[in-house]
Amino acid sequence: MRVIRTLVKRELASYFSSPIAYVFLVIFLLMTGFFTFTAGNFFERGEASLASFFGWHPWLYLVLVPAVGMRLWAEERRSGTLELLLTMPVATWQAIIAKFLASWIFLAVALALTFPAVLTVNVLGDPDNGVIVAGYLGSFFLAGAYLAITCMTSAMTRNQVVAFIVSVVLCLFLILAGFNPVTDLLTRWASPAVVDTVAAFSVVTHYDGFQRGVIDLRDLVFFLSIIGFALFATGVVIRSHRAG
Amino acid sequence: MIQIENLVKSFGAKRAVDGVSFAVERGEVLGFLGPNGAGKSTTMRMITGFMPPTSGRVKVGGYDVMESPLEAKRLIGYLPENAAAYPDMSVRGFLNFAAELRGLEGSARKKAVNHVIELCFLDSVLHQSIETLSKGYKHRTCLAQALIHDPDVLIMDEPTDGLDPNQKHEVRNLIRELGHNKAIVFSTHILEEVDAACTRAIIIDRGRIVVNGTPEQLRGMSELCGAVTLAARGATEERLSTLGRVEKLNGGFRIYPRDKAKAAQLAQEVVELVNHYGWKVEGMYSERGELDEVFRRITLPDTARR
Repeated sequence: MRVIRTLVKRELASYFSSPIAYVFLVIFLLMTGFFTFTAGNFFERGEASLASFFGWHPWLYLVLVPAVGMRLWAEERRSGTLELLLTMPVATWQAIIAKFLASWIFLAVALALTFPAVLTVNVLGDPDNGVIVAGYLGSFFLAGAYLAITCMTSAMTRNQVVAFIVSVVLCLFLILAGFNPVTDLLTRWASPAVVDTVAAFSVVTHYDGFQRGVIDLRDLVFFLSIIGFALFATGVVIRSHRAG
Repeated sequence: MIQIENLVKSFGAKRAVDGVSFAVERGEVLGFLGPNGAGKSTTMRMITGFMPPTSGRVKVGGYDVMESPLEAKRLIGYLPENAAAYPDMSVRGFLNFAAELRGLEGSARKKAVNHVIELCFLDSVLHQSIETLSKGYKHRTCLAQALIHDPDVLIMDEPTDGLDPNQKHEVRNLIRELGHNKAIVFSTHILEEVDAACTRAIIIDRGRIVVNGTPEQLRGMSELCGAVTLAARGATEERLSTLGRVEKLNGGFRIYPRDKAKAAQLAQEVVELVNHYGWKVEGMYSERGELDEVFRRITLPDTARR
């Protein structure tokens, strides 16, 4: 635990000692604001909910989360500090967990800074705050799933741009599998069972439950297994690099 | 402290390290020499547990590096090639981070950090971020990191690379001093460092150990060892050649002994010859042998063949 705490502290500090953190926070908040109030027709909906806020998150995260995670391993490999880190008395899994946790905490901070949206909707109306809490929880796990995938791609390359693009593609696939236009297309020629199976792999399918205020154990298990699988794959990738 | 048995590392079809075995005890400073690409860094990476060997084993302080990596790594301080460090951290921040990872906390950490700051002369750059440091300071910061937990085993990949002559001198002295109660392995291609700091040297070429001995033994392998260089007015090649093979130098002669075992007598014989003919001696000395020459002779044919 001590090792993980030390590594998390360093990762977080490195976000905030560089412009990445501030640029990210500003862009994230501006974009959530824009999508919620302008593109999401927050005021015209005539309902006290944050549906227009959360609805955009799978798309917003598609670009922003890989941007946060792409440096995690790629930079260590490029600058040679990976050798330093892994010859310290640190187990590889500890380093993987610590890096993931640090970035996840950072995304949680960004998400927490959207609190004015919650205040706004509470001032204007009388929303179901339970649904909002569930929405935040879903959004947090969604970010975690994207982030774990980015960890994996970041470990595969020493080039951050490659890590970014591959992560975006993988995450896009996870969205599209359950995206209505795509599932509609599928239903034309595939059996409902196939469509459901494909859709079951989509983050959108599992994210929607949270937006309705339902915290389903199966949805949590889905996100946690994506995170677990991707982090495990990260370990495999790193081990294979070291083996040469 | 370090036992290496039959270490092999292949990258595809190429064997970067090919059956290397040696041991380093506490109190030894082992210089690791070899041309570029000979397998020095790869061997060090396997000792520190960064790379798993293809076959063979490494034991540090009795712990197998592959089987109990954390225990072995706790004993090791490692200065990687080109001294990588997190560029966004300050020197003090980086050293605190390294100390914490090594399990040092509170006042013990403070003491350890202050100690290596003093040892590596980092006082003046403590609050600078590492990316703004000159190469020498960056190098010393990484060296400080390797020393922070006062390790029993110290592995350094080219510790004097990129330092100015004064800093090189300081680092060599430091290595020699630390060597009294640690097992140290460091790689270099600067041969004078072997004399300055090592108790033993290994020359590795194309993944194999070609020489393993003390600096004295290495020098003994030099063709030059035991030769006498003489600068004297009146001396002629013809007269000197009665003692052995003579080479004409700029302003003098070098006489090579016929039999290396009797090299010690040669100087005496030259003096007798000088007295006999009454030459005016301007300078005379016995050669100890040059490591450069040994190194080149051992590794050059292979480099050329590549």
